[in-house]
Amino acid sequence: MADETANGPVLSADGTPLKRSLNKALRAQKMRALMLIAPLLIFVLVTFIAPIASMLFRSVENQIVSNTLPLTVTSLKEWDSKSGEMPDEQVYEDLFFDLFLAAEAKEHTKLGTRLNYEKTGVSSLFRQSGRKLDDIGEVYQDPLEDLNEAWEDGSVWYELMSGEGAGNDDLLESTVERFNQLTRSDSGTDIGFVPGVAITSILPKTARAYTAFAVFTVVADEDVVAEEDPWEAVYAALALDLMADGTADAISGYSGPQAELLKEAAANVDMFPQPDFRAAFLDLDEDWGDIENWTTFQTYSPRYTNGYFLNAVDLQKTPDGFEARPENQQIYILLFKRTIFMSLVITASCIILGYPVAWILANLPMRTANLLMILVLLPFWTSLLVRTSAWKVMLQQQGVINDVLVWLGMVADDGRLVMINNQFGTIVAMTHILLPFMILPMYSVMQTINPTYLRAAKSLGATNWTAFWRVYFPQSVPGIGAGSILVFILSIGYYITPEIVGGTTGTFISNRIAYHISSSLNWGLAAALGTILFAVVLILYWAYDRIVGIDNVKLG
Amino acid sequence: MKLTTTLMATSALTVAAGMASAAGHGMADDMTLVSWGGAYQSSQQRAYAEPYMEMNEGVSISWDESSAEAVAKLRAMNEAGNVTWDLVDVVAADAIRLCDEGLAMEIDPDEDLAAAPDGTSAEDDFGDLLVSDCFIPQIVYSTTFGYRTDMVPEGVDAPSDICSVFDLETYPGKRALEKRPINNMEWALLCDGVAKDDVYDVLETPEGQEQALAKLDTIKDDVIWWSAGADTPQLLADGEIFMGSTYNGRLFSVIEEQNQPVAMMWDAQVFDLDGWIIPAGLPEDRLARVKDFVMFATDTQRLADQAKYISYGPARASSAPLVGKHADLGIEMAQHMPTDPNNAANTFLYNYEFWADYRDDIDAKFQAWLAK
Repeated sequence: MADETANGPVLSADGTPLKRSLNKALRAQKMRALMLIAPLLIFVLVTFIAPIASMLFRSVENQIVSNTLPLTVTSLKEWDSKSGEMPDEQVYEDLFFDLFLAAEAKEHTKLGTRLNYEKTGVSSLFRQSGRKLDDIGEVYQDPLEDLNEAWEDGSVWYELMSGEGAGNDDLLESTVERFNQLTRSDSGTDIGFVPGVAITSILPKTARAYTAFAVFTVVADEDVVAEEDPWEAVYAALALDLMADGTADAISGYSGPQAELLKEAAANVDMFPQPDFRAAFLDLDEDWGDIENWTTFQTYSPRYTNGYFLNAVDLQKTPDGFEARPENQQIYILLFKRTIFMSLVITASCIILGYPVAWILANLPMRTANLLMILVLLPFWTSLLVRTSAWKVMLQQQGVINDVLVWLGMVADDGRLVMINNQFGTIVAMTHILLPFMILPMYSVMQTINPTYLRAAKSLGATNWTAFWRVYFPQSVPGIGAGSILVFILSIGYYITPEIVGGTTGTFISNRIAYHISSSLNWGLAAALGTILFAVVLILYWAYDRIVGIDNVKLG
Repeated sequence: MKLTTTLMATSALTVAAGMASAAGHGMADDMTLVSWGGAYQSSQQRAYAEPYMEMNEGVSISWDESSAEAVAKLRAMNEAGNVTWDLVDVVAADAIRLCDEGLAMEIDPDEDLAAAPDGTSAEDDFGDLLVSDCFIPQIVYSTTFGYRTDMVPEGVDAPSDICSVFDLETYPGKRALEKRPINNMEWALLCDGVAKDDVYDVLETPEGQEQALAKLDTIKDDVIWWSAGADTPQLLADGEIFMGSTYNGRLFSVIEEQNQPVAMMWDAQVFDLDGWIIPAGLPEDRLARVKDFVMFATDTQRLADQAKYISYGPARASSAPLVGKHADLGIEMAQHMPTDPNNAANTFLYNYEFWADYRDDIDAKFQAWLAK
């Protein structure tokens, strides 16, 4: 046997190489283990990792600008924000068509809200202009309808724009895609209308505007295209097309449906006022001429932005990069520093208060220890809000502690101590709330320390202090480490207690995150602040590992 | 994100429950209303929900006390594609934001709301209070000051002027103000010599904002900042503060129901509106039920009924003459309404447009100022 296997691989009983069959057995085992943890793994992925990842993703996402104003964003690229001049006519024209569709889909106010975080006043600019866009288009609609009533008829428009022969599927597809991006929906191209190829090449802007109208009519309003009268924007687009160079020649050779109507309009092109979208927008609201607004639009037009992160560290995005925020708006760095500082103070006070308690618990006979343990755990089982509110009753100026001090004569009645609605209140209440998280790991580590070591040290001549400090304490450090990490990480993200007892100087960064999530709805900024907080925790954890060593942490 | 997960779980349950019961007649049988909890919600329960359930047997109405976070929660529900609320009570500023975000449904006042008994159309009856296309006004409330009568220094008149808030010499003691710029900035400017009509013009400018913060700075050390409407009544009852701002209905219950030595100071009270919005994208049967309920719950008599339980003024002009006595205390309610002519001698109207634009900017400055 030994001779046989010396040259070849070791074989198992069924003749396959031992290595392979071992691997096979191990793989099966691994698979089984994986299957066993799969429910938990999937649960954690779906309910924990994925939502967090999607929330963090919001800190850079900025697609709303280019989804809502795709044409404007493209033409605005050419504009130089430092030229000191307003963008040119083309930008305003694109803005009209973009905004018209967005206003029909009621998406323009969302963009207004988004951009209002960066530039005050944009919110009402979008909201109010959205209502009045029809006025801009009516200037072109009225003369056309005065010329021939057929232009009022939705079915005439439908025939004209459908044309004859081949349809322009590309235009239809891109319009549907644009609409889907705008409304975050998922519609198909089967809308009962395809713009004609020939008419698209003669009237490109009209085809674009009419297709947008058609898609919206079918998908959003669930109506039939041919039965609906087009938007004012479509009339404006037709006027622009008719006034463009070369359109008249192209039309004279066109013979599709409603060609006569079109020729009549082309012959009377003088009836339209000279298009001036810039003037029209300035007429709606003079803020459309504000260069700072346009600079903001341009700065925030990319699909992804670092703007939220810059805001989260008291900077602001500018066309050239970034700069510091005005001093009277700087708050986040201060709050981050304060959060870390106060969390450290809370952790330290938990260690100081918890260590003796854990020591007593670990050294008392089991029965008494268990009884005392319940006292430690009792507040742990009480609602957080109840405990925090109780501290309010204790610490306020007309509260229990002040009353006792006044009664004892230690404090004058008009000089009652201010112990709440400041940092002190937050530290006291949070230390109390987080204390069990410090005591429990310390206790379980101390329980494992053999008391004979202390006795041995003393019998070898050590004083009480030396025996404690050189023998007992080093063995209890893993418990302190575990408790500290728990308390510190919990307190850095705390927000209810600081909100209730923190006043203005005792609030944490989490209070601002909560504000941006639930009140200002600036979820991008909240996500950026949360990401930074998360990174800070990871860095501190890494630093802790380097300095103390994570192997030194024990929960028991 | 815990929020979304919880929402998804609860909504799954609601859907399962809804499918079991919603059958036949085109209207859902269950409705989830969202409100503020406390005395306000119970006034709605007694004035609207109970009579409605009596009229429509088999309909059950459940309440969710989430109005304070309604905007964020509704957005999260909408993104998760499962809105479990049918009717949401929000302040007007939130209604405007929900409308802007496309989270609330637009309504047609004349079609969706009942006309007044004398035939006045709903649109005219609510008048200017229809501040947003999605908003169905319910009540007019005001943010105003209450003070401890037993803490007024001897030989000094009780405070009757908004500027006594800033007068620490005459009226020593702590104040409670809301932890946000809205209202506080206006009061500060008013008491810093700015005329009432110019307040928002001044507040638009960075200098004006600095001026308001500088005025607030003079009392900053004596202010306790509140974020829940219940804080000020509690602080007043405990004697922690001399005066504080809060909603007038909260002060009413401290004064009339709990008999605390507290009095109202109506000067420069800020009117605000509270009302319903219908979430966008409700399924047809639920929408039909909600519309039926709203038609009933916002008619002239029902709005007047609510004032029996809480001291907020009905939002319809035609309801005002019908306001009677408090249902439990038996006192005339008219004089406790913020809209009563004696109380409304000097008032402010929350400027929605202004704050929709300047909220983020001024809030950043206000919070930075607070944190210093």
